[in-house]
Amino acid sequence: MGGLLSYFRGLFGSREMRILILGLDGAGKTTILYRLQVGEVVTTIPTIGFNVEQVQYKNLKFQVWDLGGQTSIRPYWRCYYSNTDAIIYVVDSADKERIGISKDELFHMLREEELQEAILVVLANKQDMAGCMSVAEVHQALGLDALKNRTFQIFKTSATKGEGLDQAMDWLANALQNRK
Amino acid sequence: MSSFKRDKKEEEDGGGNPFQNIEKTTVLQEARIFNENIINAKKCTHILTKILYLLNQGEQLGAKEATEVFFAMTKLFQSKDVILRRMVYLGIKELSSIADDVIIVTSSLTKDMTGKEDLYRAAAIRALCSITDVTMLQTIERYMKQAIVDKNPAVSSAALVSSLHMSKIASDVIKRWVNEAQEAVNSDNIMVQYHALGVLYHIRKSDRLAVTKLVAKLTRMSLKSHYAICMLIRIASKLLEEEETSNDSALFSFIESCLRHKSEMVIYEAAHAIVNSRRTTSRELGPAISVLQLFCGSPKPTLRFAAVRTLNQVAINHPAAVTACNLDLENLITDSNRSIATLAITTLLKTGAESSVDRLMKQIATFVSEISDEFKVVVVQAIRALALKFPRKHSVLMNFLSAMLRDEGGLEYKASIADTIITIIEDNADAKETGLAHLCEFIEDCEHTSLAVRILHLLGKEGPRTKQPSRYIRFIYNRVILENPTVRAAAVSAMAQFGALCPDLSENIQVLLARCQMDTDDEVRDRATYYSSILRQQDKSLYNNYILEPLQVSIPSLERCLKDYIQSKSDEAFNIKSVPVVAAPTEEEKQISNQKTEGMLISTGPPRPVVSREENYTEKLSAIPGIQQLGPLFKSSEIVELTESETEYVVCCIKHCFTRHLVLQFDCINTLNDQLLENVRIQLDPSEGYQIVKDIPCQKLPYNEMGTVYIILQFPDDLPNTVGTFGAVMKFVVKDCDPNTGLPDTDEGYDDEYMLEDLEVVLGDQIQRVTKMNWAASWDESANGFVEMEDTYSLSSMNTLEEAVKNIIQFLGLQPAERTDKVPEGKTTHTLLLAGLFRGGHDILVRSKLALADGVTMQLTVRSTDADIAELITSAVG
Repeated sequence: MGGLLSYFRGLFGSREMRILILGLDGAGKTTILYRLQVGEVVTTIPTIGFNVEQVQYKNLKFQVWDLGGQTSIRPYWRCYYSNTDAIIYVVDSADKERIGISKDELFHMLREEELQEAILVVLANKQDMAGCMSVAEVHQALGLDALKNRTFQIFKTSATKGEGLDQAMDWLANALQNRK
Repeated sequence: MSSFKRDKKEEEDGGGNPFQNIEKTTVLQEARIFNENIINAKKCTHILTKILYLLNQGEQLGAKEATEVFFAMTKLFQSKDVILRRMVYLGIKELSSIADDVIIVTSSLTKDMTGKEDLYRAAAIRALCSITDVTMLQTIERYMKQAIVDKNPAVSSAALVSSLHMSKIASDVIKRWVNEAQEAVNSDNIMVQYHALGVLYHIRKSDRLAVTKLVAKLTRMSLKSHYAICMLIRIASKLLEEEETSNDSALFSFIESCLRHKSEMVIYEAAHAIVNSRRTTSRELGPAISVLQLFCGSPKPTLRFAAVRTLNQVAINHPAAVTACNLDLENLITDSNRSIATLAITTLLKTGAESSVDRLMKQIATFVSEISDEFKVVVVQAIRALALKFPRKHSVLMNFLSAMLRDEGGLEYKASIADTIITIIEDNADAKETGLAHLCEFIEDCEHTSLAVRILHLLGKEGPRTKQPSRYIRFIYNRVILENPTVRAAAVSAMAQFGALCPDLSENIQVLLARCQMDTDDEVRDRATYYSSILRQQDKSLYNNYILEPLQVSIPSLERCLKDYIQSKSDEAFNIKSVPVVAAPTEEEKQISNQKTEGMLISTGPPRPVVSREENYTEKLSAIPGIQQLGPLFKSSEIVELTESETEYVVCCIKHCFTRHLVLQFDCINTLNDQLLENVRIQLDPSEGYQIVKDIPCQKLPYNEMGTVYIILQFPDDLPNTVGTFGAVMKFVVKDCDPNTGLPDTDEGYDDEYMLEDLEVVLGDQIQRVTKMNWAASWDESANGFVEMEDTYSLSSMNTLEEAVKNIIQFLGLQPAERTDKVPEGKTTHTLLLAGLFRGGHDILVRSKLALADGVTMQLTVRSTDADIAELITSAVG
């Protein structure tokens, strides 16, 4: 039965992939979501809850969930973990003070049973800000070296300028297709 | 195949309801498919429908279950299916009060309400407001304001109605949306205009001036929406009721002009407002009544119904005006709509002449079995009014009532019939025997325990005084054999009344009571034993105190006193005299409560338990330091106004009488919005002998809030001095303040004072009314042991006996007994019997013989356990 299903998936090639965008509040998750969907920068307000949109990237359809990052909303992330194919974890590279908290949330999340198969993309966002951490520094600060048995990659991006997102999505699309 | 057959069978059983057999647990299980990656919109919509169906059937979900479903439902936001999304909104609204953490959908809903899809926007606003609390309201405020003035009428209406709902939890936030609501009032859409007016009125309703301005402005601009005009009429008529000015005002002419509106709804609303206003004069009534008269002949049943119902309601207050419509009402008697026919007949009964009663009753009898209980109650109420108006018709009416009593019907209906029969019995001595016979017959087959108990009580009270008391015993004893314990207990008490009042039956009653002592129920046995042992004593005064007279104390106070007694661990025996007695309801209060239900089709629900004025105040007073020690509250007076109602400061006073102390409660209101009063005191100039024990000032009196000043006085030892007049001045510190914020401009204020009207402490303040069921027995018994005083007075200012009786009752504050407060017509002499209790628990009995001849002459005989009290009463009259 399972084999049959994956056969069909391969046939159509455009099964909707489920992607979560997570990260602390103010990291730029909602901006990234709409940059991916409509290709523009929209004005956002802090997300109370979530936004869900369909994103078409090349020939792939993604169902992208952007969950609010405020402390009060983070506990609800886990309600949306099941059946997730990939996680886009967004970090505010200019926020050095809270990078530790960001790391804790990341590893806490990755321990969840339901996310063991999910591919991880870390976006070191807001690279356009002066005095921000470099990709290597973010990699270091999040302790990504410790990740074993997980397909993952880190990218430097600027959602407002639209830089780096394409590379990240290319990589993700490839990774998702290769996984099958 | 077999499963198909079963499905088919179930379908037939369900009568076409596909949701007949669904079950909560199964549906919750099914709801898990919401979590799947690919949403099947059709299937999910179906399951959501089932959930909503269950909730609407009253199925309860636990917080955990609800939260689980709720979060599963949030996953459905990924679907673009419009129907499914709208179902999700409904689901959110239903679950918002049960599930936890519902704010999780805030962002999604905010997006939908501002998005491009118009089908989503209005519903999203309603859902959003149901999940939003005060703290979250700030974040969506901007969007709500935009939505109120949105071009799309559905969106604007949804935002306005949601604002109304939310003003319950966050009225200050909603107040900030007044400009947007103002703009929406100008909308061309009828619903938006109506809803906007609703919001505007709600925001301003506590500020009379603002409401007046709003109404004045809107009446001039001629609204497009009929609904809005109807609402405006309601607001205007409410203002009219509250205002002191006469009906010539602009408000009234606005309402009157609406009688000429082209919409029937508006015309009806205006007529209804005019007819129901307390202040409408018969001249102003004319146009409104003729509009209703016109409606009576309308081909639309709703209009006929509305018109006749309104006429029915006002038939009592304005019989003459309604009589003008008699011809039209006659035509409606045969209306195919039974509700209209019933109302028409009962209206005619209220206004008609004695001669038409028989004909109308016959007419009503033809279809009384076809109408609903609600309307039967209307018929019964009309009969009650009729019986009081035409006592000679009692036999026709009584027969009709007893026939109705035998029919099927609910408790409310049966109770109203029994009530009516009881009223007729009490009012009309001729009808008594037949009425009791009908009631006896009724309890033979009465399924309503509460009603049976009431009737048994009545039989016990009235039966012994009839010509042939023994005939009632059989009916009562049958209850003991056949009924449930509650009715049996009531029957035992009723029998005891016969035993106590009819010496020749006493022996037989003893035999019956002895049998009741074998009953299986505790209460029945207890009562039987209790009455049997009292009857064995053959002592008239014991009969009087323990069988014939019910307990006079108020039950909640008795409970409180007993609790205090148990806690105090005193060695003394409990003194029942220390418990405050219940004031018997005065005639006016009874009438008011009767009038309220008269002709109303709306059932008011179960009657509220009667809480005496004293009970209400005891709670409040016991919180004041220094008042607890004074003992139980004996009596609280009516509210006395010490200022005109339209002055800068409004003060009224309530006199609370304790055993040895008088507590004056001054309720003050400051009606100046630019002043803050501090340290408000009342300087009292008490009459001789009174001592001020303590006064408790009111620290702060902001604009439009009630503050209370208390003064505790000790009664003079000398009883005659307790009646007197006190001068009173209100003293306070004024601080000017900003009318908007209520904060004082400076810290320094200035002293000021305000003269109040004199406060009188009268005899009635110290006397509590007591109902004596058997006044004569108490009077006989009091011949020894009581002090008697007698005096004769001439009451020259009174011209009729009724007037004299009314004034005496009011002046002495005593309760009339044995219905002697009603003077039979055409008599020139009358004896008024009164009873009461003086503070400290002294009984008072008063007999006042009145004779009419050039004014009224009165011989007053006062008996009391205390000589000073008797003297005080006789001297107070002079």
